[in-house]
Amino acid sequence: MTNILSIKNIVSGYGDKTIIKNISFEVGTGSLTGIIGPNACGKTTLFRTITGDISLNSGEIFIAQKDISKLTLKEKAKKIAIVTQSFDLPNLSVEEYVLLGRYPYNNRFQFFESNKDYEVAHKYMKLTDTYRYKDQQINKLSGGAQQLVAIARALTQEPDLLLLDEPTSHLDITHQVQVLNLIRRLNKEMKLSVLMIIHDLNLAGEYCENLVLMNAGKVHIMGTAEEVLNYKDIEEVYKTIVITQKNPISNKPAVFLVSDEGNTI
Amino acid sequence: MNQRLKKWVINVGSLLILLLAAILLALCVGEMNLSPTELLSILKSKSGIEYSIIVNIRIPRILLAIAVGGALSISGLVLQAIYRNPLVEPYTLGISGGAALGVALGIVFGATSIFSIFSLPIYGIIGAFITIVIMYFLSMRRTHLNINSILLTGVMISFITSSAIMFLLATTTTEKLQNIIFWTMGSLDEPNITLVYLVLTTSLLGLGVFYFFVRQLNALRLGESHAKYIGVNTSLIIKILFVVASIITGISVATVGVIGFVGLVVPHLLRYWLGNDYRILLISTFLGGAIFLILSDVFARTIISPNELPIGVITGLIGGTIFIIAISKTNKLLKF
Repeated sequence: MTNILSIKNIVSGYGDKTIIKNISFEVGTGSLTGIIGPNACGKTTLFRTITGDISLNSGEIFIAQKDISKLTLKEKAKKIAIVTQSFDLPNLSVEEYVLLGRYPYNNRFQFFESNKDYEVAHKYMKLTDTYRYKDQQINKLSGGAQQLVAIARALTQEPDLLLLDEPTSHLDITHQVQVLNLIRRLNKEMKLSVLMIIHDLNLAGEYCENLVLMNAGKVHIMGTAEEVLNYKDIEEVYKTIVITQKNPISNKPAVFLVSDEGNTI
Repeated sequence: MNQRLKKWVINVGSLLILLLAAILLALCVGEMNLSPTELLSILKSKSGIEYSIIVNIRIPRILLAIAVGGALSISGLVLQAIYRNPLVEPYTLGISGGAALGVALGIVFGATSIFSIFSLPIYGIIGAFITIVIMYFLSMRRTHLNINSILLTGVMISFITSSAIMFLLATTTTEKLQNIIFWTMGSLDEPNITLVYLVLTTSLLGLGVFYFFVRQLNALRLGESHAKYIGVNTSLIIKILFVVASIITGISVATVGVIGFVGLVVPHLLRYWLGNDYRILLISTFLGGAIFLILSDVFARTIISPNELPIGVITGLIGGTIFIIAISKTNKLLKF
C-alpha cells in the first residue's frame, strides 16, 4: 500500500517552545485515519505543522511522495484541502464560497469562473447535500450546514488528502453523524484519503479505520482502531479509568467512562 | 454567469452616468453659474474668460476630485479586505496623518526645491509609507491580530502626527506657517496641472494593480489562513497591497490635504449595494469615490460662496452622517 502522507521525524513548535517532539507516521492512500489525544497533547500543533502555518524545526513531510516544503502554495492546495473546526464566516453565498475552492486551478489572468469551475463546484455541493443552499448566505446557515459547505469547498479543490481539524466539535449528535457519515462516504466511494483530528473517542472508534494516539507531543500508539482503543493505553494517556467494549451494532470499539460512583461498586 | 455580468454592466453603467452628471454639475455651478446650453456654447467658442475658467480651473479640479476620491476609496476598500474589518481606512489607520506630517516636515525644512513640484507628493508617500510599516509590524507579526488595538494605534498615530504638525506650526516662520495651514485645510484647488495628471495617473495605476490581485482579494474573504490554504501567497500579496495603498494615499494627501471618511463611507455604501465581490467592487468604489468627492467639492465651493470651505469639512459632515444613519438603519453594513 502506498502512502498519501508520510511524516518523518518532525519537530516543531512556537518559538523556543517545542511541542511536537519527533513524530513519524504514515497515512495510507485511501484510508481514513484519526488523530486522538488529550488536550494540549499537540494535536492542533501537528495539524498546523502539516498545513504550513507553523514551520518545521526538523524532519520532513511528504504528500504523494513529494516533499511538501518544495511545493508552491497552489500545488499544495491541489493536493491537500483543509477544513477547520470553526472559520471566519464571510458574507458570501454558498455558491461563491464553494467556488473559491477552484482558486488553485484558475490561471493568473482569469477574471471569471469557467464553466468547468461551476460544474465542479455544483457536483460537490450536490454530493454534500448543500446545493439547496446555493444562493443563501453562508453565515445564515446552521453550524452543521456550514461545516458541510466547508467540506464542499475543500472537495472542489479536488485534493488527494482531506485534512480536518475536529470537524464536529461544535455540533449536536445529529450533525456530528451527518458530517462524519459524509466523510466516511467520501472515503469509501471516492477513495479519498482522510486525516482528521477528532476529540471524541467513540466517534473516532466508530468512523476511523486507523488511529494515532498522541501524548505530550509524541505518538503514544498507532494502529487500527481496535488496537489503539484499549483501556490500558487510554488510561495511561488520559489518566482516567475507562472500559472498552464493542458497539453491539457496528462491532466497532467504544470507550465508556467510569465515574467515582461506578468505581466504588 | 451571464446574468451576473449583465448586472455588473448595468451597475457600472449607472455609476458612469452618475459620474457624468456630477461632472456636468461641477462644470456649471460655482461663482459663475451656467446652464448646460451656455456651457456647451462656451466650450465651442474656445475663447473668453469663461472658457478659461472652465478649462483652467474647473476641469483640473474635477480631474483631481476623480483621482483623489477614487484613490482614497479603493485604498479604504483594500485595507478593509486585508484586515477584514469595516472600520479600517487610510484615515483611521493613521496613514493620512503620516502623509500629512511628511508633507509638513517637507515644507518646514525647505527641501521643496530639490524635486521641484514632485517634492510634496514624495514627502507624502514617505510619511504614509512609514506609518504603513509601523502598522504592518504591529499587526502582522503577531499570530492573532487584534483589530481593536490596531484601530486604536491608528487613531493614536493620527493624534501624534497632528500634534507634531501643531508643533511645527508653532515653531516655524510665518511664511511656512501659511503654506502648511493652506495645505492642511484641504482643497482641490491645485494650480499645477502636471501634478493633477500625476495624481490621476497614480490612482488609475493603483486601480490597475489592485485589479491584478482581484482574485487574491476575493480569496482573502476566507480569512488569511484559509486564503493561504487554497493557494494564495498571503504574506506577499498583503505587503504589495499595503505598499500600493500607501503610495496612492500618500500622493493624494500630499496634493489635497487630509480628507477623511471617503475611504470609509464609499466602500460601505457600495458593499451594501453590490455585495462582497471585489471584481465589481473595485471599479464601482473608484467611480463612487470620484462622484462623492466631486459633489462634496461643489458643496465646498458654493455653500459660503465666494469663500470656500475646506473639503474635509464637507466629507466629514456628509460622510460621517450618512455612515451613522446607514449603521442605525441596518447592521448588515458592518457584516463582511
